[in-house]
Amino acid sequence: MSRLLPHPLLSLALTLTWLLLNAPPTPGNVLLALAVGLAVPAVMRALEPRPVRLRAPSAIARLIGIFLYDMVRSNIDVARVVLNPRPCERRTGFITVPLELREPAGLTVLAVILTATPGTLWVQYDSDTGCLLLHVLDFTEDSDWEARIKDRYERPLLEIFAGVSA
Amino acid sequence: MNGAELPIWAACLVVLLTVTGAGFALVGALGLIRLKTFYERVHAPSLGATLGMALILCGSMLLLSLIEDRLVLRDALIGLFFTVTTPVTLLLLARTAAHRDRFEGNPDAPPEV
Repeated sequence: MSRLLPHPLLSLALTLTWLLLNAPPTPGNVLLALAVGLAVPAVMRALEPRPVRLRAPSAIARLIGIFLYDMVRSNIDVARVVLNPRPCERRTGFITVPLELREPAGLTVLAVILTATPGTLWVQYDSDTGCLLLHVLDFTEDSDWEARIKDRYERPLLEIFAGVSA
Repeated sequence: MNGAELPIWAACLVVLLTVTGAGFALVGALGLIRLKTFYERVHAPSLGATLGMALILCGSMLLLSLIEDRLVLRDALIGLFFTVTTPVTLLLLARTAAHRDRFEGNPDAPPEV
């Protein structure tokens, strides 16, 4: 299993990508997609990507739900800030969040989430201290962004990429 | 089915999705003008890169699925690659700005981590 499929997630993703690009899935396309999914990760082995292990599918589903909700909400919030005719009644600034998350893949997902929700901007992460510097566009409504990021994003990410932080 | 035979409800839905998406992108572009500092401005274009893009792609997938008479999910890949690559650019921009502001000792420079 591990020799044939060194990176099962990568194989799955490549197969699905190939099938999506070459729809409809005729038998020939499916065979070709499987061949790509098997062959490319074998080539990738030369790059020695770090194996990523995903756990807790329920946490993944929950995180996707939270992410989609926050993305829509923050888009509307930022649109309101931009269209607000009186721009001065807003508090904007930097916050520092100490993170427990150390796994590079988890941090990547966190960066994608924070970037895809307008209103939060990932400025800098220090891997020695584990501190993340964020710029927040508007913290007039709820001021506790640090707790929000830790509860909503970091905790599920710690569950999903478990086994490294321990 | 071709575009002219599209049922009216579908046409309305496609238009609603794409125009709303384009609206979000427009508001993001307006934000570039209206917001004052660099760090505020960086937030604005991500409106178009997230919800705006998602709505436009949903409209496109709906239209193509109806025209080709099967489920077309190809556009979801655009969304995936867009979402995965945007942070790279924004991170580079933010890091560069932070570095410059600290180096020049500007008053709105971010605090040291």
